[in-house]
Amino acid sequence: MPTRPMLSIAAALAIFAFAASSLARAEEVVRIAYIDPLSGSLAATGQLGEQHFRFAIDRVNASSAAGPGRRLELVPFDNEVSPEKSLTLLRKAIDDGIRYVTQGNGSSVAFALSDAIAKNNRRAPGQSVMFLNYAAVDPALTNDKCNWWHFRFDADSDMKMRALADYLVSQSQIKKVYLFNPDYSFGQSVERAAQAMLANRRPDLQVVGVERVPLGKVKDFTPYVQKMQAAGADAVITGNWGADMGLLAKAAQDAGYKGLFYTYYMGSSDVIAGAGTGGEGYAQITEYHANLGGPELEAMAAAFQAKYGNAFYYWRVVNEIDMLAAAIKQANSTDPAKVGQVLSTMVQKTPLGEAAMRPDNHQLLQPMFVSSLEPGTKFTFPENKMGFKTISRIEAETQRQPTTCKFQPPA
Amino acid sequence: MQQLALILLNGLVYGLLLFMLSVGLTLIFGMMGVLNLAHASFYMLGAFLAFTVSIRLGFWAALLVVPVLVGTLGAAVERYGLRTVHKHGHLAELLFTFGLAFIIGEVVPLIWGRTPVPYRVPAALDFPLFTVAGNAYPAYRLFMMAVAVAMFLALYLALARTRLGLVVRAALTHPDMVGMLGHDVPKVFTLVFGAGCALAGLAGVIAGNAYTTEPGMARSLGAIVFAVVVMGGLGSIWGALVASLLIGFVQTASISLDMPLGTALTRIGIPVDTAVLGDLWQITIARVAPVVPYLLLILVLALRPRGLMGTRSA
Repeated sequence: MPTRPMLSIAAALAIFAFAASSLARAEEVVRIAYIDPLSGSLAATGQLGEQHFRFAIDRVNASSAAGPGRRLELVPFDNEVSPEKSLTLLRKAIDDGIRYVTQGNGSSVAFALSDAIAKNNRRAPGQSVMFLNYAAVDPALTNDKCNWWHFRFDADSDMKMRALADYLVSQSQIKKVYLFNPDYSFGQSVERAAQAMLANRRPDLQVVGVERVPLGKVKDFTPYVQKMQAAGADAVITGNWGADMGLLAKAAQDAGYKGLFYTYYMGSSDVIAGAGTGGEGYAQITEYHANLGGPELEAMAAAFQAKYGNAFYYWRVVNEIDMLAAAIKQANSTDPAKVGQVLSTMVQKTPLGEAAMRPDNHQLLQPMFVSSLEPGTKFTFPENKMGFKTISRIEAETQRQPTTCKFQPPA
Repeated sequence: MQQLALILLNGLVYGLLLFMLSVGLTLIFGMMGVLNLAHASFYMLGAFLAFTVSIRLGFWAALLVVPVLVGTLGAAVERYGLRTVHKHGHLAELLFTFGLAFIIGEVVPLIWGRTPVPYRVPAALDFPLFTVAGNAYPAYRLFMMAVAVAMFLALYLALARTRLGLVVRAALTHPDMVGMLGHDVPKVFTLVFGAGCALAGLAGVIAGNAYTTEPGMARSLGAIVFAVVVMGGLGSIWGALVASLLIGFVQTASISLDMPLGTALTRIGIPVDTAVLGDLWQITIARVAPVVPYLLLILVLALRPRGLMGTRSA
């Protein structure tokens, strides 16, 4: 009776195979390579981003937002804000089988990654990689240099500058403006946008100085602040970020500079510490600040603070991971090409309103807020007992700008 | 005129800061012949220790205690590490300090984390002292300058005017003879290395709160202190002072010049053909300011390879 043992072996194998496949499904892990500076002078910024990603990923894993049995996992890589190093790390991530990459610090890095990912996906469609950009805001990334595999979750620098410029123009006491930016593609685009958007807005408004400094290299900003002082600038528009922004704010305070700063990246605690109480009236344009209200966001910020000891800052990181998880679930696949198709037209309900991905250039449109640092807000920074207060809300749809992007979805 | 006063003042502030950061390095090289690549790491350690000590005992206690702590650590490193490596020659010593820089660079974030620590200027010195052309000068900046000048005077007098300084200097050139005369030469070296590290630690206490105390500070300091020390002449304390001030003045002056390079060169009598390299000549001097110390370094090395005040040939 040779059939019976054969039968039982086959049955055992079938059960085993079934168990193995369900086990494999139970452990379907979507790894996301986080390529940002984790050492060097801008490490603090990269570290803060990493904490936000861990927080956001823990949230979606806890609620199985990517679908039952799917888990997201962060794999950090330190690129020291170097485009060359980032490309090596990207290669390593792809070789390790990672299909999702996220990065934010430095548009120069984002250009390199976007380009390399587009090439990789052309050459090896079976190993396609998706690029989720949470903070690199050079407009070209979603215009001339756009790429179907790149999705941006922060407003680009032109969109931000439009809001900031509108606010600045409305402040009639400001007559002389100084443009002070980091010297790479992002800083240049901020400078260009500011010049274009301030021109011919008010007859008594003029740009009295334009300056760029190398990223993460200047230790003492005092001589630069003195130039702002000497030019009689009432306001400084700056795209500086991280440690540079902190040192700049501090140098301005030490020199007794009374002009106001209009910034992209004011909200991290070392910048607030640098500005101190003299930072009253400094403005920023962001998608989030602590005083936007709403129980859901406040609970989230409190949970983040409790876990990592830092103030919650990157709402867009949570947004990015939520949308990615939802897209994976909807596509019921972890293949970046299929997930990308879903993400391409996704509209996400958030506590702050709807956020919609633009299918024509993959720029997320979400509500943005101009806010300024004031005393007496509900949530304040321990460093100077001030918090951000909303000045204006810019609706998602009004931020839409024509794009020169012409990409084709993968066949 | 006011502009000039500002440039001079800023140059002095920045120059003295550079001196403070690099004097320990030049001391160790001058007296021991060891190029301490971990110098910036001891500076970082000084800043982080000062943060910890100042929370419990206040800034002034940190000012006294931390240099002693860092100095003791430096002396221990010399006694139990560098001395064993010494007999294998300079390359081994160089690699040893290179490795040490990495170890300190990894240990610091393990203890204090990777984000900046809130090490702040003491309240007693956190006020504007005087104003030049509408620009306030914080009292703490003046305090930093005073400490730098005190460091210079103390070192110069100790080495040039005391018996100990005589022994230290003799131990470098004639170690056998100094040993015959009954002095413990290895102990002298331990002392010098400890003192050099203590100076780096002191610089960390003073500069850590004026700038940012974060684990990347050693790396971001890196190159500039070597530029100062090499330009001044390896081992010369006077040279380090002159080079620091020179870099300070030239760099702050170039920041305040918005003149394009081409125009500037034409003004000083060097005609520029704008057809060649067109746009390059339109870059303002202010934009190239961060490169200026290194241009100066190359210039000095080309014209005078042993540095401004160096005695040995490179």
